[in-house]
Amino acid sequence: MIIDLQRFLADEQPVWAELEALLTRFEDDPAYRFDLEQAKRFHYLYQRTSADLGKLATFNSEPQLRRHLESLVARAYGEIHETRTKPHRLAPLRWFFVVFPQTFRRHARAFALSVLATLAGCLFGALALSLDPTAKPVLMPFSHLQGDPNERVAQEEKQAKEHDPLGGDRKTAFSGYLMTHNTRVSIFVLALGMTWGVGTLLMLFYNGVILGAVAADYVAAGQTKFLLGWLLPHGVIEIPAVLIAGQAGLLLAAALIGWRDRQPMAARLRAASPDLVTLIGGVAVMLVWAGSVEAFLSQYHQPVIPYEAKIAFGLVELALLTLFLMKSGKE
Amino acid sequence: MKTNTLIIRTPEGILFPLLLAGPVARFLAWLVDWVCVMILVQLFSLAVSLTATVSPGAAMLLMTVGYFVISIGYGMALEWFWRGQTVGKRFLRLRVMDAQGLRLHPSQIVIRNLLRAIDLLPLFYLTGGLACLLTRRAQRLGDLAANTIVVRQPKTAQPDLDQLLAGKFNSFREHPHLVARLRQRVTPAEARLALQALLRRDELEPMARVKLFGELTARFRTLVPFPAETTDGLSDEQYVRNVADILFRTTGA
Repeated sequence: MIIDLQRFLADEQPVWAELEALLTRFEDDPAYRFDLEQAKRFHYLYQRTSADLGKLATFNSEPQLRRHLESLVARAYGEIHETRTKPHRLAPLRWFFVVFPQTFRRHARAFALSVLATLAGCLFGALALSLDPTAKPVLMPFSHLQGDPNERVAQEEKQAKEHDPLGGDRKTAFSGYLMTHNTRVSIFVLALGMTWGVGTLLMLFYNGVILGAVAADYVAAGQTKFLLGWLLPHGVIEIPAVLIAGQAGLLLAAALIGWRDRQPMAARLRAASPDLVTLIGGVAVMLVWAGSVEAFLSQYHQPVIPYEAKIAFGLVELALLTLFLMKSGKE
Repeated sequence: MKTNTLIIRTPEGILFPLLLAGPVARFLAWLVDWVCVMILVQLFSLAVSLTATVSPGAAMLLMTVGYFVISIGYGMALEWFWRGQTVGKRFLRLRVMDAQGLRLHPSQIVIRNLLRAIDLLPLFYLTGGLACLLTRRAQRLGDLAANTIVVRQPKTAQPDLDQLLAGKFNSFREHPHLVARLRQRVTPAEARLALQALLRRDELEPMARVKLFGELTARFRTLVPFPAETTDGLSDEQYVRNVADILFRTTGA
């Protein structure tokens, strides 16, 4: 029991003030590091303030002071007992070329499941359109895909001869729209992981259905070369980006479900969160590239750019992406 | 069990409470933030429109990307630099914290902000609001995934005690051991009651005033009996005033 509160306050006030000053300094600069002596002192001040809070608990009638000490102990507790490494200063190149591909490889099974869901959708879309061509408006709810592929190809090639389809500044604006729209979709695919992965799988499957139906429609019409020339330059980056967003969503779902993992859910989510952020960050970078390619290259058809050149460009991108994801950052 | 307080127990055995914010306060904070985002977007659009004469396409690109970055990045940037607060949260005295009371990690901030994508479905954060109502620690889905909570940090106003208690001799202070015991035994609710009775004494009917201070004095006498020579001649109101002086003022008159 504290007999003389005044004396207690007079003795301890400097300790609390010192702890508060250290905390403020620490909080104001996320990159600030204590040296050993400072760390020892910080720990001592935290323990002494904790003890003061314990003593003050016997004083029911000092709520203000108690609240102040609780706030100090809470702040110091967060700093002392946090075992996760504090983020270093930004190193974007290392993050993109080392951390991102490493994270991707670490969760290869989630990526494989993401690919499987999309492939299942593709298969379903292709089969559904082959069996019932009248289902086109349902399977591909986009106006520019509703018509006959042969007519569209003829029209696109005719327009290409006459004028730039995205003349002047429209290309730049269109690329911005594509980047932001696709990134939003990818974030949504990730966020749907909170539905225990069901929403993520459904989104991937639905994307696959559209892709499969479009591919089946153009292949059946004999426009395979146009299809590849149109889709490959941006699709080889955009589709894997959505698949990686799906991988992140499934990773989130796995942390929620905790299958074969005895850790509590909070610990599982805590462990998964840096990888989720890395994956979705990588997806955003990929989509910036895909958006630019789609606006500046994919919309130009033969005779402006020969299909062979576009297909070759797409295949080179795919090879480089595969190499990047499989090899980059390997020890 | 649903609660509005999260108690953290440190390895040293010290307990400290965190007051959890409810969906209404959080929704109001979001409204303030939404207004801020709209203002920022307007200002950005105004700045970008100046470049439209040079390149309309580049201006459109900047506007599209700018809106996207501001709407997504506003919460992330402010919660990182202001340690869990945005303008709306500051305004309503809310703060995002790690659910274990630990330091907020950047990845937690990113995840809770990205997952707004499903929390705001179908509109006006209905999913997030429902999750807030149903989860034990009032977390929306983004908070669950990021392992974060939103706490209230109410401002504690100190009553004007000097005007009420200063300059008067308090005979109780001649017994420091009894003073310490009184501080120990009086609950915060009883202390507040005594203070409120003194602050609002002139608003009370004379009979009610006599009765209230009589009951309070009887209660405090049972908690710590002061010697008769100290309390003799003290009215009930003066007795309560002395008690409040001890409880709320650390420096004696």
